[in-house]
Formats: sequence, C-alpha cells, structure tokens
Amino acid sequence: MADLATQTVDSDLNLSHAFPEAFRWMVLARTFEDKIASIYRSGKIVGGVYVGRGQEAFSVALTSPLRPGHDVYSPLIRDMAGRAAFGEPLLEAARSYMGSALSASIGRDGNVHRGNPKEGIPTMISHLGAMISVVAGMLLARRLKGTLGDAVGATCIGDGATSTGAVHEALNMASVEKLPLILAIANNQFAYSTPTSSQFACADLVDRASAYGIEGISVDGTDLADCLRGFAEATRRARSGGGPQIVVGKLLRLAGHGEHDDATYVPETMRCSEIGQDCLLKARQHMLTEGWASEADCADIEKQATLAVEKAIATAGSEETPDPYAHDWNALSSEAFRNQEDAP
Amino acid sequence: MSITYLEAIREAQSKALADDPNVFIYGQDIGAFGGAFKATKGLYEKFPDRVRDAPISEDAMIGAAVGAAIEGMRPIIEMQFADFSSVAFNQIVNQAATHYWRTGIPCPITVRLPSGGTPGSGPFHSQCMETIYAHYPGTVVMTPATVEDAYSMLLDAVAIDDPVLFCEHKFLYYHLKADALPKRALPPGRARIARSGRHATVVTYSAMVHEALRAAESLQADGYEIEVVDLRCVKPLDMDTVLGSVARTGRVLALGEAFPWGGVTAEVISRVASEGFHLLDAAPARLNARDTPIPYHPDLWRFHRPTASSVESAIRNLIRD
Repeated sequence: MADLATQTVDSDLNLSHAFPEAFRWMVLARTFEDKIASIYRSGKIVGGVYVGRGQEAFSVALTSPLRPGHDVYSPLIRDMAGRAAFGEPLLEAARSYMGSALSASIGRDGNVHRGNPKEGIPTMISHLGAMISVVAGMLLARRLKGTLGDAVGATCIGDGATSTGAVHEALNMASVEKLPLILAIANNQFAYSTPTSSQFACADLVDRASAYGIEGISVDGTDLADCLRGFAEATRRARSGGGPQIVVGKLLRLAGHGEHDDATYVPETMRCSEIGQDCLLKARQHMLTEGWASEADCADIEKQATLAVEKAIATAGSEETPDPYAHDWNALSSEAFRNQEDAP
Repeated sequence: MSITYLEAIREAQSKALADDPNVFIYGQDIGAFGGAFKATKGLYEKFPDRVRDAPISEDAMIGAAVGAAIEGMRPIIEMQFADFSSVAFNQIVNQAATHYWRTGIPCPITVRLPSGGTPGSGPFHSQCMETIYAHYPGTVVMTPATVEDAYSMLLDAVAIDDPVLFCEHKFLYYHLKADALPKRALPPGRARIARSGRHATVVTYSAMVHEALRAAESLQADGYEIEVVDLRCVKPLDMDTVLGSVARTGRVLALGEAFPWGGVTAEVISRVASEGFHLLDAAPARLNARDTPIPYHPDLWRFHRPTASSVESAIRNLIRD
C-alpha cells in the first residue's frame, strides 16, 4: 500500500496535458450517458442503462496512461469515459444502446457489452470479476509469443465484485505469473443497494494488495488529478516489471445502479460528504483554476460534446435493426458444425 | 507396440505442441510433475514455457484461456478432474461458449475433463459433465471411447475454432490399449457403428461403449445381433447415424454413465421419438446411472453405474417388448 500524497511519484505524467485531455472525455461520457438515460426513460431503449456518473474521473484516469493498440483494456459497466478515451468510436457506443444491426454484436448484446477483442478490448460479460483472468490470459499469451514488450493490461471492478471468488483467483494468478495487470477498484460505496459494511470487513480494500504480494495505491476518486497521478504510477510500475497493481478509488456513484433505480438507499449525509462531490464539476473548476481553459473554452468543450452525441445517436437510431429472419443463428464458428444444432 | 488411452492423450498433446507454437497447456500439477494422471508426463521437459502449472483456480484458468485465445493462441486446459470444472462453470458457459456469438471472434480452447467413475473415486472424482456443457449453445462436447479417438479427437479439438469440452474417461486410461495410433479418423461430429446388428440399437458413448459391446457379445450367444452406435461427440449429435441404425433395427436403447435426469440419453430418445417415431417397433429405452451422488465403495459404485449385465437386461426387455 502506498499513499501518493506522501511519496515521490516518479512517472512521466504531464498533468497540464493529461488533465485537459481527460476532462474532455469526461464531458463527452457524461453528455452521452445523460442522453442515453433520457432516451431510456422515454422507453426507446430496452433492457438496462448503467451509467458512470460520478466515476468518470476514475474511469478515464485508468486509460489515460494506456496506449490503444498496444495495451489491453477491459472496461466494465461504468467506464464510458475510459472507453471513449481508449478510442472507442462514439457511434459504436450509440449503436450498442440503440440496437443497431451495425453494432459490433449485431444486436446480439447491448448497452455496455461491447468491445473490440482484436484491438485489445475484450467484451465484458455480466458476471463480476470474470474479465480479470481474461486480461491476465491476454498478457500471458503475449508473453508466450514474445510480443508482450512493455504492454500492460487494465481492467475495472467495483467494491461489490471484490467479494467474488473470480477476483481472488485472477489476482492471485496474475501475481503468480507476475503479469503487468492493473486493476482499478472503484469503491463507489454501494453494490446495487448493498453498502460496503455488508460487503467486506477489512478497513480498506487497498489493504488486500499485500495479501497477493502486489502493490496498491489509494486515490480520491472524485479528484481527477489524484486519479491521474495514481494510475500513472501504477502503470509505470506495471510497465517496468513490477507485476500486478491495484488502484482503489474512493467515490460515490451519483446515480442508481441502473437508471431504473432511484438509489434512495444512499443516505443524504453521504451525498453531501466529500465522496459525494461530482468529479466532473471538480475537474471543470480545476481547469479554470489552473488556467488550462476559460469559461468559454469549457462551454465550447461541452457544446462540442453535445453535438457529437446528438450526431452519433441520430445516426445509430436511423440504422437498421437486426432482422431475426435473416440472422445467422449459429453459436459455433466452425463451418463443419453450422446449422446442426437448431431446435428440432 | 501397444499404446493406452492415456498415452494417446499424451501423444496428441505432444504433437499439438510440436506442430503449433500457439498451443499451450495450463493446469494443476501438469508441469514437471506430469499431471495427476501423468497425461502430460515429459511434455514440460520438451516445452517448458508451454506446459504451465496453474494455481488451484479453475475459474481463472478458463478465463485466462479465453484471453489467450483472443490473442490467437490455442490453449488446452487440464482440469484435474471433470468434477472440478464446476468451479469454472461460469467462465466455460458464459465467457467461452458465448464469445463467438457476442463478438464474432472465435474462442478456440480445449478443456480436458478427466471424467467418469473408477472404483473408490466417490462423489467428487467420478462425475460425467458432458450433459451440463452440451446444454449450452456454443460448445462442442467430445466423448472418445477408443484409444484411436482419444488421439485423433484431441487433435481435432485443438484444431477446432470453438470451445471443446473433451471428456476423456478415466476408467479407460490404463486398460484400454491399441496397437498403434491412427493415421486417419472420422471427422469430429460423426458417430460410428462400433458393432453391427439387426435386432436392437444401443446408442452410447465413452466408457459405456465397452459395456454395451460386452452386453452385445453375451446376447450373441442367444442369437441376438445388437448394433452399438458410438456417438464419439455428444454435441454435435450425429442423428443421421443414429436414425440410420434405428431404421435397421426398429429398437433403441440410449445408454449413458451420467445422471438420469435430462441429458444425452434423454436428448437421443427425444430426437428418435420426434424424428424417427415411424421407425420404432418398441418404446425407446434409456439406461443411466442412478439418481444419487456417485458412491465410494466399489460394490455400491458397480451398482450405481450401468454395467454389461444391466445393459444386457435392458436390451432383453427392449427386445421382448
């Protein structure tokens, strides 16, 4: 465990560059998810909508030091900001929610279940903790093939997922294999409605790092600069052979578990506390205070985001939806086995 | 020269590792120790990077295999016992088996499942898991009954671009022998006629093929000619061969070592009844293990699973009908 406030950080983080860049992605993610939530409430998106409101700083900071096309990144449900920053086209996100036949899954899955495995972005399943070992396997494969170089793999879970056996197995395995894996743990205080007091009994999730023989960093998840510093350091350590890293961000989910959930279980005192601060508003203020942007610049960033979101959703919404009659109903890729197992 | 079922599995892995640098084996105690059953004995010495010991983490082993497959590798995962694959159930059925469907990217992993009962193995080292995995879309489930198939089908499994559950039977490991490894084999997904006959068909797979063959041999003395169909793969299920046989005999017994509720034998009966009802001269019959956990004591165990004797009784009932 390490507290970055009390130690020298030796990473190549240039905050004046990384922060404004990250801020833009946060604005885009918030704008997009606000719009998606609004469409969901109007009944035009079916299934679930799970947003990352309040977690954008932590999400984007994980991907900030990553190199798309070089590193592995496995986003989870509250990672719209990280996905955008890692290069996911906004249109892909819109297609997934709008059920476009042109979405990566051709309508077979939706919302946050999207990725691009060939580009190092595995596609998440809903079972929490299950993606960590997948990332470990991708890194292991690259090591076996001699192509790993200084690539790292990053993925995210919440406080609730830390209770699963899958997380334990994967972290332990990654540590045994000394893989350059960075696990972001967003402690957003609630797993659906379950508070952390019913989820774990250790003082702080970062304390678990030492049990795996790995390093852990704590950050203020509402503070973009702190998040950027934490992930820059964790990534530097992983890239330079330091093995797996965990970064625990303390924050509050500023939304329900999904948009169907009004989150009345969150006490008002918690909403009004330090962890209840909106990371986006804080980051915006920081932009102004540091002189990295003027009020007009921020307004322009927000306007550009709105335009991009409107365009992506309009495009995706006008595209064809999947045709069940013309659909390929084969779950196996092997040519020899296709069209054999449909219901008699 | 003679080669056992277990040696055939080892030889197939050795060949797969030698032929393709993208193949690696991951499992518990499989490295220098050579595996709980010695199915990887000597392979670590030849391929030290690609025969890797795993922690006791079945879930993470399959998750890692999926990740490696995404990166273009073709992992073989050895479960120490098929029974323990239940720990990896989520990764097998939700991660691996859905991957191609969700992403369009195939997931070529082979999961070796040392399956089935042996005397004294008890409830947690004896299970047959083929039914569970065959139930899920996106899987191929192989159940080799012969030394030749253990070899050729394991090589097929590694070559197939989809997740393959390779149910190798522990009871056959040491005592089943062949003169040589096969040069040619039936394609995966094709059943074979293990014994020809005209009075009844036994549709079975894995170790039960041998119980069926013994029962057929015994019935031969009474003039009954029993056809035995070895499914080889339970998924895909080769109904053409099954229905072809039932068309010749008019009677069918579906035989399996797994638990009786649902499963491969129920699937066979269901399909014969719906697709070949007109071929039947008698109600189709099923024989499975008993509907209890698998017992430890050898005397109880022999009574729990189908044997040549109980298969023979079932066939006699079927013919008498």
